[in-house]
Amino acid sequence: MTLTHLQRLEAESIHIMREVVAEADKPVMLYSIGKDSAVMLHLAKKAFYPSPPPFPLLHVDTTWKFKDMYDLRERSAQEAGMELLVHRNPEAEEMGINPFDHGPLHTDMWKTQGLKQALDKYRFDAAFGGARRDEEKSRAKERIFSFRTASHGWDPKSQRPELWNLYNARKKKGESIRVFPLSNWTELDIWQYIHLENIEIVPLYYSAKRPTFEYEGGLFMADDIERLEKVMGKRPEITERSIRFRTLGCFPLTGAVESEAATLPEIIQEMLLTTTSERQGRVIDKDSGDASMEKKKQEGYF
Amino acid sequence: MSSDTYKTDALIAEDIEAYLDKHQHKTMLRFITCGSVDDGKSTLIGRLLYDSKMIFEDQLAALESDSKRVGTQGQDIDFALLVDGLAAEREQGITIDVAYRFFATESRKFIVADCPGHEQYTRNMVTGASTADLACILIDARKGVLVQTKRHSFLCHQLGIKNLVLAVNKMDLIDYDQEKYDAIIADYEEFAKSIGIESFTAIPISGLAGDNITTKSENTAWYDGPTLMEHLEAVEVRSDANLDKPFSMPVQWVNRPNLDFRGFSGLISTGSVKPGDLVRSLPSGKTSTVKSVVTMEGELEQGVAGQSVTITLEDEIDCSRGDVLAAADNPPEVADQFESTIVWMDEDPLVVGRAYWMKIGTQTVSVTVAEPKYEINVNTMQHLAAKTLELNAIGVSEITTDKQIVFEAYADNRALGGFILIDKITNRTVGAGMLHFSLRRAQNVHWQATDITRDDHAAMKNQRPRVLWFTGLSGSGKSTIANEVEKKLALMNRHTFLLDGDNVRHGLNKDLGFTESDRIENIRRIGEVAKLMTDAGLIVLTAFISPFRADRQLVRDMMGEGEFIEIHVDTPLEVAEARDVKGLYKKAREGKLKNFTGIDSPYEEPEDPEIRVNTVAMSPEEAADYVISKILPLK
Repeated sequence: MTLTHLQRLEAESIHIMREVVAEADKPVMLYSIGKDSAVMLHLAKKAFYPSPPPFPLLHVDTTWKFKDMYDLRERSAQEAGMELLVHRNPEAEEMGINPFDHGPLHTDMWKTQGLKQALDKYRFDAAFGGARRDEEKSRAKERIFSFRTASHGWDPKSQRPELWNLYNARKKKGESIRVFPLSNWTELDIWQYIHLENIEIVPLYYSAKRPTFEYEGGLFMADDIERLEKVMGKRPEITERSIRFRTLGCFPLTGAVESEAATLPEIIQEMLLTTTSERQGRVIDKDSGDASMEKKKQEGYF
Repeated sequence: MSSDTYKTDALIAEDIEAYLDKHQHKTMLRFITCGSVDDGKSTLIGRLLYDSKMIFEDQLAALESDSKRVGTQGQDIDFALLVDGLAAEREQGITIDVAYRFFATESRKFIVADCPGHEQYTRNMVTGASTADLACILIDARKGVLVQTKRHSFLCHQLGIKNLVLAVNKMDLIDYDQEKYDAIIADYEEFAKSIGIESFTAIPISGLAGDNITTKSENTAWYDGPTLMEHLEAVEVRSDANLDKPFSMPVQWVNRPNLDFRGFSGLISTGSVKPGDLVRSLPSGKTSTVKSVVTMEGELEQGVAGQSVTITLEDEIDCSRGDVLAAADNPPEVADQFESTIVWMDEDPLVVGRAYWMKIGTQTVSVTVAEPKYEINVNTMQHLAAKTLELNAIGVSEITTDKQIVFEAYADNRALGGFILIDKITNRTVGAGMLHFSLRRAQNVHWQATDITRDDHAAMKNQRPRVLWFTGLSGSGKSTIANEVEKKLALMNRHTFLLDGDNVRHGLNKDLGFTESDRIENIRRIGEVAKLMTDAGLIVLTAFISPFRADRQLVRDMMGEGEFIEIHVDTPLEVAEARDVKGLYKKAREGKLKNFTGIDSPYEEPEDPEIRVNTVAMSPEEAADYVISKILPLK
């Protein structure tokens, strides 16, 4: 009996999660509500069945997520029998940081700083993240167990060698490890697995008629029109379009694509036939040229 | 550029369900590419990604503009830019780390570990090779078999990769000359045989021009073997080979949601397991019958190598993380001394005799490495004499673990034969190794059980045995204070013995000098003697500089919980040097005494000693009272 590639990927991810639970003092799973998070959570349920996953979910919230995402977040945690922690950076909240007025600062304050605050607050020493190596060039070199200093920094030059499936989880007090159980999955693997395992994902991935507006050359969804009007200073011009999202972040930062793909096979079909990569809809990678993600990670971004 | 072998656009467009069904039954192959920048390795990988449509349009646009800006191919696409990830690498035009790439064809998903080729990156190559089913070794057709070709082949062979592909690249630059190609193959075959490589597959290719990558090239009509892609799709993956072996599974985690369920979770490393099978838990050796193989989708009829499962047993047997469940009639061995190959991966060289953490399967134990039997020159395969192993060195050593571990030879079972070494202080992964076999000593020298136990000895003396370990700089007052403490304990009718540094060096350890490894051996022997004395029920006082944390930790690990009391005699260097009772500091300052702690050899202060004595504020008498006041309340 030869295992399929998805069976092998699944077994590897489960093995990684169990290693973390066996060796870390206080693990947590970062849950962004996207499709990768959905797969990661599903794998966690499998890894520890019949026990519930022995760690909480942590959502580092920016207050700018889509409404559909917040709905699924609550339901998923409950169904998995897991505690859900939500952290919002109080400074960003107070300063009213938003993607329109503050550009890159929005990501830095809500996500990078917010994540560091939450990890420090709860003293988590290992955090699962759903990043994949195929997403972006600097991710391709990151370890599965990615070691962070007490100030959450990542030094690509002093990564620990990772051989076989032996992971070194030893660290000093205050230091932590980010763990990427989906490292070896590709976007297509994720979609196939969601299809095969019937995993619930945010409806926004499926095409539907939605209110949209154009902004700086991109197509966006008007998820909370009142709020948008407030920060943009004017009411954007809304048009109904059949759209969906290939990746989900903050609604004003995540570009939609016009699409008729309303089922998983259609989504996969569209993905395979179109030829623009997943992150293109996200503004974040283009902030500072070529090495944008690598720089963010050295500063502590996930 | 045509790649009809895996163009599936038509199926995707016409019948996506059929396509998905097909692709859900793909297998997975992990391989490593070896070769230096000049051999066109990145170009080859870029080509594989490009031909399998793993490059999206926006990336392609970026690639085209980058190619013109910093590329090395004029106006053509420089595939290498697609692969070299980190910013530093793009600037320097070299590949430093291991990068993983993904692509898929109709029948397989591939994970490529792209490794740097230079000798200073041996550790990166070993890392990439550790998970690979196949190695693709690139040769520049113009240059033939080079020293680095041999090094890469040797390393892949050491890591147990059975499928070797010799990709003779840049055939376009030698006009697809068959004679030159044949000469290279003959040359390589001779070398391969000499190091024990039984077979390999040679393919003439051009990564740049696309010859024999995905389609048979008309330029090499004389070649009738498979294209590189055909070969990658056909070769057997390792997890299938593991299936024919006896069942074994290192236990990662005990799953205990409630009193009615107790399951052992792990990744099956070899063989298969089904309900009713008789299994043995190692190292205890207890047997039981498999009750069920549990997954979230339901119980499996059979679990196979490569699957992550949870196994329940009919009997309540003692089994926890680090133990191994295995076929009862064919279990792995248990031992504590081995011969192994070690690859050193840290800037700081191996310290012979020092205790490191060893992680093997799910077991973590303390291990010491003996002086290498030899180091292997990775370019000539010659055996060299060695005292230690430096960064990127490979050698063969005997190693000793502090307790029995479950193992198999690496050649038989990677999961129970491959290990990593972790520095106990820095926590860095400093080395990796492969077990060859256990040394007979471990099996033949059994621990003699005696009737009068250590508890009996202690009870007769009406005391709890302990080791009071005084550590501090030379001249800090260790011996003086230890002596005072012993006198006070004697007055309290306690049975004690004082081991003093200088005295031990006159007898037991007179063969040892003051090099780092001799100092470690000195401490190890003292630890063993102290342990025997605690077995006899004594309270042992030791007064040794013992400057290294790792060595004090080694002794601590030998003793029972709570029996090792570390006492830091904390005297600043200036104070100790001003005292200079034995005149040693003066000699060291004049350069007449080498490796003197505090002067030209470091003293690593205890981070968290049970007792810290400040000798500046206290007289030796007061210090002794203070120590007594601290140890009396201990349980």
